[in-house]
Amino acid sequence: MSKELIRLVNCRMDFDGETVLDSINIYFNDSEFLTLLGPSGCGKTTTLRIIGGFLQPTSGDVFFDGVRINDVPPHKRQINTVFQKYALFPHLNVFENIAFGLRIAKVPEAEIRDRVGEMIEIVSLKGFEKRKPDQLSGGQQQRVAIARALVNRPKVLLLDEPLGALDLRLRKDMQNELKRIQQQLGITFIYVTHDQEEALAMSDTVVVMDRGRIQQIGTPEGIYNEPKNAFVADFIGESNILDGIMRADYVVEFFGRKFRCLDKGFAPNEPVDVVIRPEDVDIVPADSGHLCGTVTSVTFKGVHYDTIVDFKGFKWLIQTTDLHQPGEYIGIRLTPDDIHVMHKSEYSGMFGDYSSYSAEYDEINDPDAVIGGEENPEEALNNEE
Amino acid sequence: MRRAGKIWTAIVLLFLYAPMIVLFVGSFNDGRDLSEFEGFTFDNYLDFFADSDSLRLLANSLILAVSSALIATLLGTMATLGIHALRGKMRRAVMTLTNIPLVNPEIVTGISLSLLFVFVGRSMLGTENILGFGTLLIAHVTFCLPYVILSVMPKLRQADPSLMDAAQDLGCTPVQGFFKVMLPELWPGIIAGAIMSFTMSLDDFVISYFTYSSDFSTLPVEIYAIVRKPVPPMYYAMFTLMFFLILVVMIGMNIVQARDEKRQERKKLKSA
Repeated sequence: MSKELIRLVNCRMDFDGETVLDSINIYFNDSEFLTLLGPSGCGKTTTLRIIGGFLQPTSGDVFFDGVRINDVPPHKRQINTVFQKYALFPHLNVFENIAFGLRIAKVPEAEIRDRVGEMIEIVSLKGFEKRKPDQLSGGQQQRVAIARALVNRPKVLLLDEPLGALDLRLRKDMQNELKRIQQQLGITFIYVTHDQEEALAMSDTVVVMDRGRIQQIGTPEGIYNEPKNAFVADFIGESNILDGIMRADYVVEFFGRKFRCLDKGFAPNEPVDVVIRPEDVDIVPADSGHLCGTVTSVTFKGVHYDTIVDFKGFKWLIQTTDLHQPGEYIGIRLTPDDIHVMHKSEYSGMFGDYSSYSAEYDEINDPDAVIGGEENPEEALNNEE
Repeated sequence: MRRAGKIWTAIVLLFLYAPMIVLFVGSFNDGRDLSEFEGFTFDNYLDFFADSDSLRLLANSLILAVSSALIATLLGTMATLGIHALRGKMRRAVMTLTNIPLVNPEIVTGISLSLLFVFVGRSMLGTENILGFGTLLIAHVTFCLPYVILSVMPKLRQADPSLMDAAQDLGCTPVQGFFKVMLPELWPGIIAGAIMSFTMSLDDFVISYFTYSSDFSTLPVEIYAIVRKPVPPMYYAMFTLMFFLILVVMIGMNIVQARDEKRQERKKLKSA
């Protein structure tokens, strides 16, 4: 079992009377790759800056190895940061950028040469020692920023959207690179991103944040398969989120039909949110379906088709490798595995309806883009035959 | 059209530099005045370097220009940091206030400084002779300050604010961070401000005229005193030397700026 390294207790942050962080409680284990994931303005960068010492929480405590470090300035913390836009020192070359922290710490020259050389090796920048930052590509600058932080052998490395400025291809490469470096050095990485794929691919633990609060903490599989509320379900991947009623343990009712599921422990007849992932739905001929609906639009996405199906006015997104033409009347089948039931939350009714679906649903990560679908799922449920 | 443009440019340059050319030629003239070129000579230069009064005045002007440039640059840079740290409205207000002396007529600045000095001298220090090197220095620093602020501020704005965070993250105290990371970013602006202050101070007449005393006079002030008489040709030699001194300084400043611009451009290309 790895031991706990950092703990935030009831951390609250107000800027100009606006609450950016609302009583955050969280701990970080040694040698873990933890990601703070959320849309912009969710408080993830603020959390990171509190850990780095660049901000002091309005109230609450920060512990490092059991010691309260609220008042410890950044330069006295055993923590280093990779900044969003790298913040490389423009007047220093690659070698001197990486050596900066060691020179401040007055490490002997010979050791500096060794350690910087070793880091340059790790981030594959051999031969670039004499270049200035503005003579490097984005990916190379990124590596320098990582080396500059890691050369100080911090206990914790903070990374603030470090791949945000890179193109897709480079991002994927750097994701693998970062994961490899983290495992090789066994350092705790605290990683901030708004990209859910990145979070799922790299992390041991994912912390989903929104509106200055932690929405869910779990493993990537855990938060994908068992989202706690509509926000998490929608933010992590695509989700159809329906209104349902928990009739009994393992039985949930939606669209006027009872389905077997794997969830229990709800109050009898408790209204719930039901999550169905678009890739879990099986399309079958209409006469053998649990539910039947009409295909309204199809978008080719490469691996699959995004198929929008209208069920009594509520539109679902279904991802399938088979092409169904718009206008086709189809049925779907759901197994207990495909259904995930969540308690109602402040986010209920805000997400998971694809009525306002457009081909550019990549933007759907932005909650504003989804709010305001005209169809009210409540009505759809009541108006049934 | 292109040729016309070239000719026009030549005419403009001729107008700008014709006086300097006349002066330059005159400085090598063997005659008493400029109406006739009576033969080439270095005598004017030799006369100038033999004239201890003129040399003393030139030294005074240089001492004043260097010291006011240094002080104005130091104070101005510090002021810039302070102004930059202010928030929106306050920052704009202070910037406007620092810019006003730039457009204030020099004669107004000069007279008001003189009144202030005399008032402070009489009522607070009990002296009638407060004017001298000290007051001249204060006056020059005062009118140089806005130029320093104007040239450092853009550099400070361009600098990535997370550089300071990065420096502290890597173990610098805030003060160390400023000197190791921020100052190198500001240097081009600081040097430009210093050079500008130096040249402004060197050729100032109006403000100096109201704040100097005869114990410490400057070149421009004394020259105005003699212009009514025929100007001795050795002054042509001195003016020519001064012109080239300023020319060298300006070229130096342009080189610094050109280098800096190149760097900014590369940065922009990279981030695009």
